Amino acid sequence: MARRTVGPKRSLGGQILLLLAILLFCVFPFYWMVTTSLKTQVVALESPPVWIFQPTLENYREVLFEDGVGFTMINSLIVAVGTTILALGLGTPAAFALARFEFRGKKHLWFWFITNRMVSPIVLALPLFLIARSLGLLDTRISLILIYLTFNLPIVIWICTDQFRSIPRELDEAAVLEGASPFRIFRSICLPLAMPGVAVSAIFSFIFSWNELLYAIVLTRNDAKTAPAMAVSFMEGYNLPYGKIMATSTLIVIPVIIFALIASKQLVRGLTMGAVK
Amino acid sequence: MNRRTSPRIVWAFLGPAVLALAVIGIAPLVYAVWTSLHYFNLIDLKDVEFIGLANYASVLTSDAFWDALGRTLLLLGIVLPLQIGFGLVIALLLHQPGVGFLRTLTRLSLVLPMATTYAVVGLLGQVMFNIKYGVVNQFFGFFGAEPVNWIGDPTNAFLTVIFWDVWQWTPFVALVLLAGLTTVPGEIEEAARLETRKWWRILRHVQLPFLVPGLVAVLILRTADTLKLFDMVFTLTRGGPGAATEFISLLIERTGFRAFDQGLASAQAILLLILTIVLSQLYIRFFYREVQ
Repeated sequence: MARRTVGPKRSLGGQILLLLAILLFCVFPFYWMVTTSLKTQVVALESPPVWIFQPTLENYREVLFEDGVGFTMINSLIVAVGTTILALGLGTPAAFALARFEFRGKKHLWFWFITNRMVSPIVLALPLFLIARSLGLLDTRISLILIYLTFNLPIVIWICTDQFRSIPRELDEAAVLEGASPFRIFRSICLPLAMPGVAVSAIFSFIFSWNELLYAIVLTRNDAKTAPAMAVSFMEGYNLPYGKIMATSTLIVIPVIIFALIASKQLVRGLTMGAVK
Repeated sequence: MNRRTSPRIVWAFLGPAVLALAVIGIAPLVYAVWTSLHYFNLIDLKDVEFIGLANYASVLTSDAFWDALGRTLLLLGIVLPLQIGFGLVIALLLHQPGVGFLRTLTRLSLVLPMATTYAVVGLLGQVMFNIKYGVVNQFFGFFGAEPVNWIGDPTNAFLTVIFWDVWQWTPFVALVLLAGLTTVPGEIEEAARLETRKWWRILRHVQLPFLVPGLVAVLILRTADTLKLFDMVFTLTRGGPGAATEFISLLIERTGFRAFDQGLASAQAILLLILTIVLSQLYIRFFYREVQ
């Protein structure tokens, strides 16, 4: 064989080493997060850090039952599930219309839905804070549920439109001949067939809402505080409670990782709004 | 075939979603435009008054806005080539045959950084890059290096942000490019391999055309995401030390919520919005031509 020593196409041994390096690079921060979460504050403040120690679940007990992280996780869960259900309820009919109907202004509607994905949340956070304040909606879960629609609705609409388009039109046409209304076709024929896309968009909506921080710190204080906002509020004082911060982080990240791995095949499609399949 | 559906039915399906987005996405923007034309300070609310374009004038003539925008573009200019370069290497590596199990495992591990809560990435950064207790300094210590003040020094804080952005988003670029590589028809790639053994010639002449859509998507989305960048930097450095890592979204947040000047912050936000809309136009041009 010819020499193949340049570039990514190395010998198999070299490739294996490179793959392991990438693997380590991706996974190591998680290893560090989890191990730090199992350290007492005394161990966490060893300098240089120790790698072998007596692990303890004390941080988890403290953050969940004494510091109220459990409560904020329930808030996060309610907000993420609530906004996902709402986004699906509003988004799937809209996606169906975009996939099946012909009407004026369709292109502009598309443009608008996609622009929503690109807008920095801080642009909306300023006026939404003032509006929520004057309506007495600051620090409520419902305000977060509604506001998270700004990024969830476009995602749901994009992924589901794509999914509805992939359903053969012949099915609808046959149903039209039988006298079925568009509502009937949507509910009884297309929606059940579009379930894979609906599920993926639900996962995305959940992940984005669960991960969100900016609106959460701007719009909540105590009652509706979400888990990421809670993790940030540990960051005060001189000697930070590293173990607790990492325990909270681990609790936040685990459900997201599980969902992301379930949807890993669709991740790229969702993150590029379908530009890359 | 392409007859129009009756507007009543279209509205029955689309109306609720359009209405919801109009109420939460457009009404606030109108309000932000109004705020941006006023002196509007949260700790001085009885003195709200119309001042025309004065907020815009002070945004455009003050250094803070341009510095933050410049810093954001500098970050983008550094991380994007790194992410595309590393991402391409990873994609090509995962596209090779052999040791399928390890490749699948590596591909799955790429999902981890992308999915991690952005705020948690910043917290992890604080823990791992801490000058005294951090594992990064321990690692450099093995080579005899003095502890580096990663987060407290302006240049190092910027480097730390670069590191974490590259950590989190290189996997995304890699997976986008890998998706592109798998669209290259097998026969074409094999024919090319009979012609030449030089991997970069195959990349340049055979694979690159299939990677272009993904690369453009990466370019535009990463630009938009860098303009949005907030959570990770907020939890890592709060924009500091000084203004060393104060990117555009952090500047607006600080102006509006930590300096309480909602009027000025709204003007900055509207300018950022205009930039974003231009960018979205590009995105549409490239990808959604088929939707007419």
